[in-house]
Amino acid sequence: MTNMTTETRFAQSGRESMENTAAEGYNFAYLDEQTKRMIRRGLLKAVAIPGFQVPFGGREMPLPYGWGTGGMQVTAAILAPEDILKVIDQGADDTTNAVSIRAFFERTARVATTTRSGEATIIQTRHRIPETPLKRDQMMVFQVPIPEPLRFIEPSETETATLHALGDYGVMHVKLYEDIVAHGHIATCYAYPVEVNDRYMMDPSPIPRFDNPKLHMSPALMLFGAGREKRLYALPPYTRVVSIDFEDYPFEAQRQDGVCAICGSANTYLDELIVDDRGTRHYVCSDTDYCQEHAGQQGIRA
Amino acid sequence: MYVAVKGGEKAIRNAHRLLARTRRGDTSLPEVSVAQIQAQMSLAVARVMDEGALYDTELAALALKQAAGDQVEAIFLLRAYRATLPRFCASVPLETETMRVGRRVSAIYKDLPGGQRLGATFDYSHRLLDFSLLAAGETPEKDDFSVHSAENPAEEPVMPMPCPHVLNLLTEEGLVKTEETLANPAEAEIPDITREPLAFPSSRATRLQILARGDEGFLLAMAYSTQRGYGRNHPFAGEIRVGAVDVWLEAEETGFPVPAGEIDLTECEMVNQFVGSPDIAPQFTRGYGLVFGSAERKAMAMALVDRALRADEYNEEIASPAQQEEFVLAHCDNVEAAGFTSHLKLPHYVDFQSELGLIRKLRAEYARKHSARANATMDNQPLQVTP
Repeated sequence: MTNMTTETRFAQSGRESMENTAAEGYNFAYLDEQTKRMIRRGLLKAVAIPGFQVPFGGREMPLPYGWGTGGMQVTAAILAPEDILKVIDQGADDTTNAVSIRAFFERTARVATTTRSGEATIIQTRHRIPETPLKRDQMMVFQVPIPEPLRFIEPSETETATLHALGDYGVMHVKLYEDIVAHGHIATCYAYPVEVNDRYMMDPSPIPRFDNPKLHMSPALMLFGAGREKRLYALPPYTRVVSIDFEDYPFEAQRQDGVCAICGSANTYLDELIVDDRGTRHYVCSDTDYCQEHAGQQGIRA
Repeated sequence: MYVAVKGGEKAIRNAHRLLARTRRGDTSLPEVSVAQIQAQMSLAVARVMDEGALYDTELAALALKQAAGDQVEAIFLLRAYRATLPRFCASVPLETETMRVGRRVSAIYKDLPGGQRLGATFDYSHRLLDFSLLAAGETPEKDDFSVHSAENPAEEPVMPMPCPHVLNLLTEEGLVKTEETLANPAEAEIPDITREPLAFPSSRATRLQILARGDEGFLLAMAYSTQRGYGRNHPFAGEIRVGAVDVWLEAEETGFPVPAGEIDLTECEMVNQFVGSPDIAPQFTRGYGLVFGSAERKAMAMALVDRALRADEYNEEIASPAQQEEFVLAHCDNVEAAGFTSHLKLPHYVDFQSELGLIRKLRAEYARKHSARANATMDNQPLQVTP
């Protein structure tokens, strides 16, 4: 799939999926071709206007809203039979919902799946970006709960649409300023707002702000799908993505104390485990694939 | 070390097997059939069809069986199935005026053309548990309508006379405004909420579609809130009718409409407070509810909320939740609401970890600031700073 433009991929995945129709009474990757075309049109618009939320006619999926239906619709729309799919939730391939979504595409599209970030052509994710640097022939698909970065400041869609149109993001700066006044720090730890291509403010989905720097100038195409809210948005490869901050309070990716108890990594995002009833804590990599690979390099059996 | 999070595949498989067993229950009792649910739980079936947005009594009954009677789960099952179906065309607008009414009541006229007809209703029943159903499991014989008698309701003609809409009688007198889309239904643009994302401000047609498949409990609470003063609009139950209506389709090849079948519907029209201005004579306003099957509570709630959402149209102050279309329309769908609420059960280790990191940092700073002042006054546990 290398050196192929996004558009060709879209066109090709549509054509090839027709040949695979009705293996088990479902179309290739579940959605009908008309719906996929509608989603691809939305994605093309999203890629053309980085960070802009494109409304789309989202469908009910056989998984509940809030469980990744937006990401699944995007994946279904871009998936081609020769793709290799990786699905992670909280960085891990074997969390229950990641297992469930991966099994869904194994059943409905019969595509190859992998847990290796480096081998995947499409990575659908909830709440993390892999630690292994992404490559230019890869696509990330993010599951998005609330696509509107200003939603918790302004609940009305009519109002936030106006603010985006005017590029008026003062309310977010005020919110972050109030954090600093109240707590001495910006108190947003995940879903940390970014400004895309010097224009639109965007919610990067609830990834920890540790992952925000990975969005900037990423060689991989990043697609975002919000099923319940019926919105698509995108970061084309090599897009400027700036985390919102102040000159005197610059953005800081979270630093964590501690190292991974399995692989010994000190520069990855760590999950905390409470391992006994006296509250003893251990830390392990949230990215299970990276952890295994890194442990293997160290000669440790994970 | 990953025991807690690994093995997800096996855990899911076992959970599903356990669910299947729980659904079946005590195997010494006969399994309930879809046909039984279809025939004997018709009101539950109606709600699933209505909020699942698909008129199919058998599949709705199947969904109820599969969901072990969980209505919202059954609605989700049917809605997800519906999303896979092709859309051929829109039907010709239904003529509810020609409904073969099983029930028709109006609270604003004592008698009226077509008459009042109670039909099958819980109204006026005393809500006493009927232990005879528990004992025999059968309806007592004296209520067997197959026996011929003068009092046999099943033998009455279903449509003794034309049954015009009550609100049309008022409209003819000019007391209620003619709805704009009624003027020429054929030309009215029909939006489709299953294909187009919702945009604000929406149209009344879009709103009615969303309300029709909105959660009964949510709409009931919203409707009730208008009665208690949060957006009061002085409603009268102008008319409620329940019965069968023919569905006509205009196939492209034929060029004329053909009947496709009949569906059971409940329709409610509310007559609400009047409006007027120096240029327009006072007129009553209207709220409208239309749902699949026999679902009177939902139809009435829908009509009240429809009227509340017309506040803008009548230049009323929008001050209450039931009048705010963004609030009502974005939150009335139980498939969306149940999904997003239930997603809190998914792991959030990563997000929680980032909050943990921050709150420990803030608490450490707090402790440093206050340590100069009396340590002893801190009634909290000693801070557990990350090792």
